[in-house]
This record gives sequence, structure tokens and C-alpha cells, in this order.
Amino acid sequence: MPDPRVLPFPTSPGEARPAARLPLTVRGLGFVADGTRILDGIDLDLTDNRLTVIMGPNGAGKSVLLKLLHGLLPPSAGRILWGGRELDRHTRQRQAMVFQKPVLFRRSVRANLQFAVNLKKSPEATDLLSILMDDLHLNDLADRPARLLSGGEQQRLALARALLLTPDILFLDEPCANLDPASVLLIEETLHKARAGGTKVLLVTHDLHQARRLAEDVVFLHRGRLTEHSDADSYFDAPASPEARAYLAGQILL
Amino acid sequence: MGIHFRKSRGIMQDFAHSFSLAFQLLWRFDPALGEIVFLSLRVTFAAVLIACVIGLPIGAALAILRFPGRGLFVVLFNTLMGLPPVVVGLLVYMLLSNAGPLGVLQLLYTPGAMIIAQAVLVTPIIVALTQQVLSDLNAEYADTFRSMVVPWHKAAVTLLWDARYALLTVVLAGFGRAIAEVGAVIIVGGNINHVTRVMTTAIALETSKGDLALALALGLVLLMIALAVNAAVMAVRASARRMAYA
Repeated sequence: MPDPRVLPFPTSPGEARPAARLPLTVRGLGFVADGTRILDGIDLDLTDNRLTVIMGPNGAGKSVLLKLLHGLLPPSAGRILWGGRELDRHTRQRQAMVFQKPVLFRRSVRANLQFAVNLKKSPEATDLLSILMDDLHLNDLADRPARLLSGGEQQRLALARALLLTPDILFLDEPCANLDPASVLLIEETLHKARAGGTKVLLVTHDLHQARRLAEDVVFLHRGRLTEHSDADSYFDAPASPEARAYLAGQILL
Repeated sequence: MGIHFRKSRGIMQDFAHSFSLAFQLLWRFDPALGEIVFLSLRVTFAAVLIACVIGLPIGAALAILRFPGRGLFVVLFNTLMGLPPVVVGLLVYMLLSNAGPLGVLQLLYTPGAMIIAQAVLVTPIIVALTQQVLSDLNAEYADTFRSMVVPWHKAAVTLLWDARYALLTVVLAGFGRAIAEVGAVIIVGGNINHVTRVMTTAIALETSKGDLALALALGLVLLMIALAVNAAVMAVRASARRMAYA
């Protein structure tokens, strides 16, 4: 009997898959766009498949960091290695990303999900499809055009589509921004299941309550620099950096 | 003034008479008229089909792929959209004539030659407009394609499918160009009765002969076909928009 708290990914369900444990190593990472320095001198080691939350005020560079880690943007400086390997299309094939504003194909909900199933070509993907449709309450929406869904429904669909790729690392850029509590709950439950199924989850959020519920470790960015990376308990109880302390205290950071 | 008035009245009478005869031809569904209309539609549909088979994939590739000289191709196809039909007619004529490289095919003065000429005229329109439509959609999908590592040919098929309703307008533009075209088909087809006479060449011929009734009847059919095709495409697109697929 499969454990309902675990998303049964094709490889070793219930276990952290080996690839997810590979260290994601960032050294001296910088990114410049139109002459503006967005990120500067980021060093980061993510060595296990804990659920990592990236926090920081607006403009801190969180979304850019996520895109760089996923290989969607080329760094202006520094290196990113995943298991000692440079990022390329092969590493990206073992990752997935959910964007802040979900981009869905102009098709039905089912056809959007089927696209990922066809891309993955794994025999277990069809089983995973029905599990995810149940988990994220998409069954009643299956034949509706994806673009007519509400924001919460669209984001649930985007998450299901990303998980159908059975990623070793899942990047999420503020997936719950402006969603109702029911959608937030469904998404968080699914993230826990994915995490239990062996996926490394990296989540950007502004929502402190959500971060407290989900985070096992927290990366804090401020003005393009990483000021803190610590366990969630230490971060929330006794943040080491003055910027993180100010952010948690609700002070405006400039 | 008097002479001018009499002349005007004569033209108006001719005009009314021609309209009346034209409607009679249409009402009776005159076989000669039917033959010309059928050939026109056959040639145009075949040419647009060929242009789509060639033009849609090229347009999609230009929208997705980034390679040196891509901009040059885009400019080239945009320029070729305005190809003068008589020049295309002349080039196809030279290709298909007995002395030309494709002379062995013996296609000159056949509907096949007219289809080739129209396909040459329509293909750049399909390529250039497809590239424009799909570039907009690709800008929306590009990050998702990269994130999901979608191969470019699969991305092209996805874009073509998801933009299918917008592409109907592109096909319509090609259809409009082909069905209304006269310069190229008259050169390579020769306007031979029962063989290569289509609506536009017949209108030109009948007008020059002074048989305005047949010319007008054909003109009316041409307008009605254009109207019907446009209305059908608009209806499909409107319904697709309601369903959020367009």
C-alpha cells in the first residue's frame, strides 16, 4: 500500500533520490542586467534535499537567483555546479520550475498535463498524472481551457505539470502569491509530498507564515547579496544578519 | 452637358442590364460559370495548401530558432510578400517552358502551372505572417519551453497548434491573395477556355470583350466566396476566443 503522504515518483519512492542529494554549489555568482548589478558574490551550498526557502525584500534578486540556479539565465560572474557538473540542458531535464505567473498552454487542463507526460515518456507518468489530479483537485477542471481557470487553479495546474516531470529539484517562484487559503494549503501539502518523494524544493516566498510552515533552511538575500543561510529554526528565532532581523521585524529595508 | 447626360444614362442602363444578366447566370447556375468557379477554387485551395505545407514550418522555425542571418531571412520573406504577380508569372513561365529547367514536366498552360505560380506568391505571405504570429506566442512560452527542455521541433508543433486560430487569419490572407490574383495565372495558364480559365482571367477577358454580364457575375461570385470565407474564419476565431484558445 503506497504511503499517501509521499508522491510516488518513479525512482525509489519514499527515498530521497540520489540526484536530489547531489550538492548544488554556487561560487562567486553575479548577474548584471542593463548595467545594473542584480546579484553579486553569491556563495551557497545546498547539500541535501531539505525544503529551502529563499527570502528577501523586493528587488533582492530572489527570482533571478532561482532562474540562474535552473539555468534559464547565464551568470555574469561565478559558477553554479550541480553534483560537480556545470548546468546544461541535461541537468535542466532533471529539474522543473513553477513561475510566479503561470504560463499555461492554450489547451485544456488535461492537455497541459499530457504535454508533460509525453515529454517525460516514463511509463509511471500516467499513474502520477492521476495522483496529482486528485491531490491538486484538478479532476473537475480537466476539460476546461487552462486560461479560463482562476489564479489558484492555474497555479495548481502549473505545479502538477512541473511535478509530472519528476524533477530532482523543483524551483518555485512565489507560487502562492495572491492565492486563497484553500489553494495555498493544497500546494503546500503537495510540496510536502514531493519533498517526501525525494525532490529537493527551492521556494521563493514573501509570506513569513508560509516560510515558517515549510522551510527547513532559509536563504536570505538583500540588495543582491546573500546575507544569511541557516536552519529555519535559527533563522526565525535568532537571525544572524541585521538585514534578516530587520526584515523579520517588519522594518522597511532599503 | 446633354451629351454627357445621355452617355451617363447609357452606362447606367448597361450597368443595370449587366447586373440583371449576372443574377440570371447565377440563378440558373450556368455550367460555364460553374466550371470557371470550380477551377478557380481548385487551383487556389491547392496553392494555399502547398504554401501552408512549406510556409508554416519555415515560419515556425524562424520564430523559434536563433541563428546567424535569421534577421536577413525575416526581412527577405517580408519583402517577398509584395512580389509582383506578373514577375512571378514570368519566372514560372521561364521555368516551365520547353527551354526551361522544368520544361520536361509539360506543365505550362495547365492548372498545375497556375497552382505553382500561386503557391510561389502565397508562400512568402504564409512564412512572414506565421513568423510574426508565432514570435509573439513564443515570447510568452519561451521560458517554459527552456525550463521543460522542449526540443525545438516539438516547440514548433506546440506553437503551431496553440496558435491555430490566429493562423487561420494568416491562411486567409494567403487565400485572398491567391483567389484574386490574375497577373501570374494568365501568363502561365494562358486563360484557355475549359482548361485554365479561372474567375479573374475570365473577368479580364470578358470585360475586354464587352460581355460585362459574365464578368460581373464572376465578380459577384468572387466577392461572395471572399465574404463567406472571411465570415467562416471570423466565426471560428470568435468561438475560439470565447473558449480562451485564441
